[in-house]
Amino acid sequence: MNVQDSQLSAFRAEAREWLDKNFPKSLAHRGDEYFDIAPRYPEGEDWAAWRKAMCSKGWGTPTWPTEYGGGGLTRQQTLILRDELEKIGGFIPLTGIAVSMFGPTLLEYGTAEQKQRHIPPICRGETIWCQGYSEPGAGSDLASLKTRAEDIGDNFLVNGQKIWTSGSMHAHWCFCLVRTDTSHKHEGISFLLIDMKSPGVEVRPITLISGKQSFAEVFFTDVKVPKENLVGGLREGWTIAKRLMQFEREGIGARRMTVGELRPLDEVAREYIGTDAEGRIADLDLRARIVRHQMWERAHRLTVARVADEAKTGPSEATSVLKNAASHALQTRGEMLTEIMGFQGIGWDGDDYTQTEKDSMKQMLQNKAHSIYGGTYEVQANIISKRILGMLDHQ
Amino acid sequence: MAVLTEEQTMLRDGAQDWVTDRAPVSAFRKLRDSGAGTMDPALWKEIAEMGWAGIVVPEEHGGSDFGLTGMGLVLEEMGKQLVASPLFISGLVAATAFRQMGSAAQQGEWLPRIADGSAIVTLAVDEGNRHDTARTALTAEASGSGYVLNGTKTMVIDGMDADAMLVLARTSGAPGHSAGLTLLIVPTDAAGIERHGLATVDRRGHAKVTFSGVQVGPDAVLGEVGGAHAPLEKVLDVARVGLAAEMLGMCQQAFDTTLAYLKTRVQFNTILAQFQALQHRMADLFMEMQLVRSAVEHAVREIDAGGDGAEEAAILAKAMASDFANKMTRQMIQLHGGIGMTDQYDAGFYIKRSRLLEMTFGNAAQHCERWARMRGY
Ligand SMILES: Cc1cc2nc3c(=O)[nH]c(=O)nc-3n(C[C@H](O)[C@H](O)[C@H](O)COP(=O)(O)OP(=O)(O)OC[C@H]3O[C@@H](n4cnc5c(N)ncnc54)[C@H](O)[C@@H]3O)c2cc1C
Repeated sequence: MNVQDSQLSAFRAEAREWLDKNFPKSLAHRGDEYFDIAPRYPEGEDWAAWRKAMCSKGWGTPTWPTEYGGGGLTRQQTLILRDELEKIGGFIPLTGIAVSMFGPTLLEYGTAEQKQRHIPPICRGETIWCQGYSEPGAGSDLASLKTRAEDIGDNFLVNGQKIWTSGSMHAHWCFCLVRTDTSHKHEGISFLLIDMKSPGVEVRPITLISGKQSFAEVFFTDVKVPKENLVGGLREGWTIAKRLMQFEREGIGARRMTVGELRPLDEVAREYIGTDAEGRIADLDLRARIVRHQMWERAHRLTVARVADEAKTGPSEATSVLKNAASHALQTRGEMLTEIMGFQGIGWDGDDYTQTEKDSMKQMLQNKAHSIYGGTYEVQANIISKRILGMLDHQ
Repeated sequence: MAVLTEEQTMLRDGAQDWVTDRAPVSAFRKLRDSGAGTMDPALWKEIAEMGWAGIVVPEEHGGSDFGLTGMGLVLEEMGKQLVASPLFISGLVAATAFRQMGSAAQQGEWLPRIADGSAIVTLAVDEGNRHDTARTALTAEASGSGYVLNGTKTMVIDGMDADAMLVLARTSGAPGHSAGLTLLIVPTDAAGIERHGLATVDRRGHAKVTFSGVQVGPDAVLGEVGGAHAPLEKVLDVARVGLAAEMLGMCQQAFDTTLAYLKTRVQFNTILAQFQALQHRMADLFMEMQLVRSAVEHAVREIDAGGDGAEEAAILAKAMASDFANKMTRQMIQLHGGIGMTDQYDAGFYIKRSRLLEMTFGNAAQHCERWARMRGY
């Protein structure tokens, strides 16, 4: 055993011991309840204790530097931590936009003061952030955004409207793309941090087809934003925005279904549809499609792992397909659950359906957004064909 | 589009005008938001006054005898705007059941009332998670000269608004067997019936109905005791084609709305319709929709012709329309982007309604299975 290996096995022993002492057994395998884009953490003593323990240790954000409240772990140590967590049904108790997208970006582009101010509360699970990118007229063509930030001395004066802003109803802060220069498209964009409590910020929730209200319109009317809240230089916002979208897509590309029926489809199908004399799911067409779906999911997982492995030596070209492959898996699963549950799978309300059945329907509807947010399916396909495959537009 | 006779053209144009004027999808939205019920009785009255509830009813019973060809045209127009009405279940399915399985006396009693809309009659066949008439467990036991019914039915279409139900019951044999099934007409106010509305995702009127010792007379039986399976399948095939026509209309509207959106939404300084990826997506959807239309129009003709081709045609229409409706409603959302995901936009109504229609009276996979069995492989 070389030095590095022995250090890692010492870390594993330490992690195991610490987790054994601190992870509440009552939460085993319940990490999925934790996931939401806008984290509103489950209530209860054990949940709070677990969050507190992990955050004090910095392991809520294991790879982030210790000076800002992170765990300061290396990649390999983090893998070991995750491995040990998995063994006991544990999970990292922080999630959401701040942890997966904004934090990593600010750590790369923020000033020391900005990091000191914003990262520690994220590590403690205290602040919720929202992403103010999309506007009514700027979706796939994000760079055409119009929200203006005007220089008025110590402050910027922000006017405009964002839309589809997930979690903005609960958010403390918004990282926002604003136009500080109208003479350039991409180069006229800046990256601004806006306190959601500022006068002039108005949030109007939007109901989704799933019945959820997970996003909103955000209106800015003469909102004063201190200049120190500008990240990067003036007009450097697009570069930062793109880096953040990389983190976003990686996160989305690896995401699993976390609401509704979570069991493997074959198990659900056996229950709802039954089996024939030989134990086969009593719908041969469905059975074959379940197999295909499971194979796709498996291959997608393998690709996520391969991408992580290849990333050690440089960016992997397979990264570009993760998000669309994940959308396909997630949406196929949602549709198949509806089909399998049949008349029990099309319930919206009431006691005639179990909570899991109703959640599965709503999740089927909600996850249609997976191929829309974070760059649509078509935008991803454009990126693959143009940037990876070099298939340029006909001129 | 099939070449229509003058009468059929008038019927279709009339339906189109009435639907866009009186019952556009915004009317359904209002109904849903008010929580006042699953259909608007005033609209049903208008539908009946126009004679649509009697389209498949013979003239001697007060109908116009335009057949499924006529009814299909109206259902397609209604499908476009998601009109909530019992026209499908009462005017098409129950009327067809009486026509094909009822005695002269039963026809004389029920068909005129179905045709003028004064009675809403539904069909209570399903019990489990998916459509499968052979699995019927609800029992009808001989008692005196009549029968006593015990059991539960689910997904009874417009069950809360119905005045009577055609109930599929087991008079002999065990669940799983197609022999021993009997169809009976039962008024919904009979003693021992309990109904409650199901809050399904499409917010339309489906009910769960429990039968506890419900007594009916010997004249309640349609057709032969124990022999309902084969004739009812024929009625159900008519229903399936009706559903396919509704889905076709729904898809046509989803397609048209999406196409219009792509022609107006600007990104990257151009309308979205300029992007070849989207042009091809729409071309593919258009292609599939043409195939579905052919299948539906063919099925309508075969059913009206009454020949041997009806079963295969019904399977084809229901399976293809279900698959396409699933795809078209997904693409409607996808191609609209964020706005397609919002409740205030109509795309959600289409996908929700579609998922129900896809599985009503058998989903695509079940009909593929039937197709294979029919051909002996
Ligand atoms: C549930 C949900 C949560 C969201 N959360 C956030 C958030 O927190 N913050 C935020 O800023 N935004 C958020 N969004 C917005 C999301 O990023 C946008 O919806 C997305 O970028 C698409 O923009 P759009 O809705 O304007 O659609 P459009 O850009 O108008 O696209 C409509 C259709 O055209 C296609 N299309 C567009 N351009 C092309 C092209 N060049 N070639 C081929 N096809 C094209 C699209 O793929 C799509 O199918 C969220 C969206 C949803 C649904």
